[in-house]
Amino acid sequence: MASTTFEPGKKTNRIGLEVQPYRGGKTTLCAGCGHNAISERIIDAFFEMGIDPRSVIKLSGIGCSSKSPAYFLGASHGFNAVHGRMPSVGTGAVLANRKLLAIGVSGDGDTGAIGIGQFVHLMRRNLPIVYIIEDNGCYGLTKGQFSPTADVGSTLKTGVANDLPPIDTCTLAIQLGASFVARSFSGDKKQLLAILKASLGHRGTCMIDVVSPCVTFNDHEGSTKSYSYVKDHEEPLGEISFVPFFEDISIEYDPGTTKEVRLHDGSTLYLKKVADEYDPTDKLAALRLLHETSRRGEVATGMLYVEPDRDDFITLLDLVEEPLATLPLERVRPGKAVLDEVMESLK
Amino acid sequence: MSPSEISGRADGGPPAANRIVNDFSIQVATVNGSGSQTANLVLLRSIFQMGVPVSGKNMFPSNIAGLPTWYTVRANRQGFVGRKKEIDFLVAMNPETAREDVMSLGSGAAVLYDQPLKLNTLRADVVFYPVPFDKLVAEVCKDAKLRRLVKNMIYDGVLSKLLNIELGQMERALRKQLGKKVKAIELNLGALEAGFAFAEKNLVKRDPYWIDRTDKTTGMILVEGNAAAALGCMMAGVTVVAWYPITPSSSLPETLIGYLEKYRKDKETGKATFAVVQAEDEIAAIGIVIGAGWTGARAMTSTAGPGISLMSEFAGLAYYAEVPGVVFDIQRVGPSTGLPTRTSQGDMLQVALLSHGDTKQIMLIPSSVQECYSMAMAAFDLAERFQTLVFVLSDLDLAMNTWMSTTFPYPDRPPDRGKVLDESTLQRLGGWGRYKDVDGDGIPYRTIPGDRMPAYFARGSGHNERGQYSERPDDYVNNMERLARKFETARRYVPKPEVQDASGADIAMIGYGSSHWAIEESLDQLEREFGIKSGYLRLRAYPFDGQLGEFIDRYDRVYVVEQNRDAQMLALMRLELSPERIGKLRSVRHFNGLPIDARSVTDEILVQEGRKSRDSVDAGVVSPALAAGGE
Repeated sequence: MASTTFEPGKKTNRIGLEVQPYRGGKTTLCAGCGHNAISERIIDAFFEMGIDPRSVIKLSGIGCSSKSPAYFLGASHGFNAVHGRMPSVGTGAVLANRKLLAIGVSGDGDTGAIGIGQFVHLMRRNLPIVYIIEDNGCYGLTKGQFSPTADVGSTLKTGVANDLPPIDTCTLAIQLGASFVARSFSGDKKQLLAILKASLGHRGTCMIDVVSPCVTFNDHEGSTKSYSYVKDHEEPLGEISFVPFFEDISIEYDPGTTKEVRLHDGSTLYLKKVADEYDPTDKLAALRLLHETSRRGEVATGMLYVEPDRDDFITLLDLVEEPLATLPLERVRPGKAVLDEVMESLK
Repeated sequence: MSPSEISGRADGGPPAANRIVNDFSIQVATVNGSGSQTANLVLLRSIFQMGVPVSGKNMFPSNIAGLPTWYTVRANRQGFVGRKKEIDFLVAMNPETAREDVMSLGSGAAVLYDQPLKLNTLRADVVFYPVPFDKLVAEVCKDAKLRRLVKNMIYDGVLSKLLNIELGQMERALRKQLGKKVKAIELNLGALEAGFAFAEKNLVKRDPYWIDRTDKTTGMILVEGNAAAALGCMMAGVTVVAWYPITPSSSLPETLIGYLEKYRKDKETGKATFAVVQAEDEIAAIGIVIGAGWTGARAMTSTAGPGISLMSEFAGLAYYAEVPGVVFDIQRVGPSTGLPTRTSQGDMLQVALLSHGDTKQIMLIPSSVQECYSMAMAAFDLAERFQTLVFVLSDLDLAMNTWMSTTFPYPDRPPDRGKVLDESTLQRLGGWGRYKDVDGDGIPYRTIPGDRMPAYFARGSGHNERGQYSERPDDYVNNMERLARKFETARRYVPKPEVQDASGADIAMIGYGSSHWAIEESLDQLEREFGIKSGYLRLRAYPFDGQLGEFIDRYDRVYVVEQNRDAQMLALMRLELSPERIGKLRSVRHFNGLPIDARSVTDEILVQEGRKSRDSVDAGVVSPALAAGGE
C-alpha cells in the first residue's frame, strides 16, 4: 500500500538518498483509505525536500491516523503516544532537541474530542511542528462512531444522523495562533504535496487538516467526508506552487495574479489567486472565508493562513542553539561556587 | 509547677531551676493574608541563629486571605524537630480563634495576646501577657495602610524580651528576610524595638520558657523541602521542566525557575540551557516530560495527588515504552480535592502501581531536606538507568515547612545517563533490538532521536524486542517478564533503607518520609519514659531492599508507622513478604492532616503493646479551632 510515485533504487534526492529510507512499514489500514494517500505524500515531500530522515521525529496519538507514522519514514524515530496527547509529547521532544523536525499525525477524534485541550495549547505555543489531522469525521478503529468534525446532518452507515455542530479545526487553529494553517484533501495529490513541502520550510506550528474519507465507515451518500462529497464541494483557493530554498526557479505566474510568501528557511510559496482577492496573510479574511464556505456546505482547501514571521516557542523560550538534550555536563551543572552561594544564603 | 508560683527575677527571667530551656513550642495564631510570615520566619531564624535546633510549621487554610492560620516554632535542644502536639507559648492574634486556642492549651502554658481580646479571664492555670498592638503600632508606623504589615513584628519584639531571644539576632534575621528593602527594614525594626521596649517596661516574666545560646546549629542552613529538591534538580542538570500549579507542589518548580534563571543562562549568549513550560494541565506536563525524556533530555514535573491521578495513563506509557522522567509527588490529603493545604502520605500505594495493566513504578522517599536534594539527583540517574519514570514521594510537611540541615554536598560524580547505544556498543553486540535484554538485567539499550543510531518506533501498544507492533502471546509475555526483571534489578540500585537495630528489643518500627522525625523522637520517649527499646528501619525507596525482610525477622512485633488511613506501605509489603513476616506487622497510622507527632506514635504503640489503655490516651490531638476546620 505504501507505494510511492518514485521508482525505488533509481532516483536520489539532493542529499543523495534514495526513496527507500523515506518509506515505512506495510500499511495495515484498509485498502483505499485516504490516510495511505497522505502517507505517500509525506514520503514524497520529505524525499523531494531532501530532509535527512534521521533528523525527523514522527509523533501520533491513537486511532487509525495515528498508526500511519509506522508507514512512512522508517529511518526516523517515532512515538505513538496516548490518545489525544501527542501535542505534549511533541512539545517535550522539540524542546529537548530543537534541531529535530517534528511531524505529528492525528485524527479528528484524537484532535477534536479527547485531544482538544492539548491541540488548543499546541496552537497557542506555535511550537515548530507539522501537525496533520487525517480527518474522516468518524472513529474508524472503533467501527465508525461520529467524531467532533462530523457535519450536522451527515449520517453513519447505519443511517444515524449527526445533530451536533462540527468543530472546524482550521478556524480554531487560526484563532489560537498557529502560524501556518491549511486544508487539503487526501485525493488531491498536487495540492497536498505543495502544502506539505511548504510546511517543511516553515518554522512554527503548521496545522494541516486533510479530509481523508474512511472507505469502510464514512464513504457513503449522506457523509460529508466522502470522496464524492468533497470532490463536488471542494473550493480550492487557488493553485499552490512551492519553491524550496535550494531551487532557483523563476515562477511563470503573472505577478498580478500571484501572492508570494517567503518562509523561514528562504523557500517561497506562490499562491495563484482565484476570482476573489484572497490574501492568506490576512487573519480576518481567512476566518471569513472558512465561515462562509462552511455555511454553503463547501470545503475550502488550500493555504488558508500563514504568518511567516511569528516567533515560535523555541524563540520565545530563548533557548541556546544546541539541543538541550546533549548539552555537556559543565553547561547544565553549575559549579561548586554556585552551591556554596546558595548554601550561604540559607544560613 | 503552677506558673503563678514563679516569681520574676531582676533580669526578667525565671529562676534557673524553674527554667525550661531550649525545649518548647511557640504557636502564632493569625489570619491568613495578614503578613505574619516575615515575623514568623524572623522568630524561627533568630532562635536558630542562637544555636538552638528549631523547626517551623505553617498550618494554613486553602484560602488567599481571611481564614485562620497557625505557625508553630519548635525549639528543641536535642534536635527533635518533628511536630510537637502540645503548645507551650501561644501568640493569639486572631480574634476568631483566640478563645478556642487558649482553651486547648495545657496547664502551665503562656499566652501573649492582643489586649482588647481580654483573654486573661478565660483560665487561671495559664500565664497571660496582654499587649496593646494597635497602640504600639500607631506610634511606630505613621502610615495607617502599612500598620497591618508591621504589627506582627511587635510580637517578635515582645517574645525577644520574654523568651530571652537576642534582639540583635532578631534584627539580623529581619535584615536577611527583607534583603534590600530599606524602608521595610526600618519600619519593621521600629516595631520590633517597640515590642521589646513595651515588654521590658510593662511585662513581668511568669512563664518558664527560655532560650539560651548554644552551638547546635553552627554551619547549618534553614530550608524548605521544595527548595532543596529544586536545587537538586538544577544540580542534576535538568533541562526540561513542565508543571501545572498545585498546592503543595508549586513552590518546587517556582524555586527551580528562580535558580535556573540565575545560574543556568549561558554565560556567553545569555540564552537558556533549560526550557520551562507551565502546561495546560498535569496530563500535558507529564506528556512533555515523556517527550523530552524520549529525546534524551533530563526532564521533570512536580505535582500532588490530583495531578498524579491525571498522569496515570501517561505513567503506564512511560513504563511500557520505557521512557525516563522524574515526577515529584508532594503529597497532600486526599481523596479527591481533600485538604489541599494539609499533609499526608496517602499516595504511596497509588504511585507504586500507577496506571492500568501490570505496572510498577520506582519511588524514592525523602525524609529530610537533604534527601530532597540528594534524591532529586538520584531520581534522574535512576530514571535514565532504568528508562522509566522515577517518582519522588515528598509531602507538604517536608516540602513547605522550614527545616534545619547541614549544608548540601556538591555532587561528587557525573550523572548516570544509562544504557544509550553508541557505535562501539552496536559493534560489540552485533545487532540491536530496542527491547532486547542483552545483559540479563532486564535493561535494554535505547537510541535517542537525532543521535544517528538506528531508529525505533516507541509505542504503548504491544511490541516485540525489536520494538515492532506485536500481539503475539509469547512476545507479550517475554516483554512483561523482562520488565519485571528490570524492576528486580532496580532493588539493587535504589537508596538502601537506614537500619538502626536495638539489641534485646522485642519490637521495632518501620517508617518513611517525614514520619521519620516523629519516630526518632518516639524511640527516645519509649526508652526514656517506659524503658521500651525498639529497632527502627527507615524505608527510602520502592522496590524494597532485601534488608526489609531480614530486619522483620529480628523482632517479634514490627510497627509500620505512616500518615494515611489504609496502611498503604504495609499493604505494599504484603504483596511480597512471606506470611510469617507479614504476621509480625502492626500498623500505626496518623491521618488528620497535621504532621505526625512523637507522642501520638508513642501512645499508639503503648496501647498496642498493652502498656496503656486506649481510653487513657489523650484524644485531643488538635486544637478545637483547628479541628473545626477554619471555615
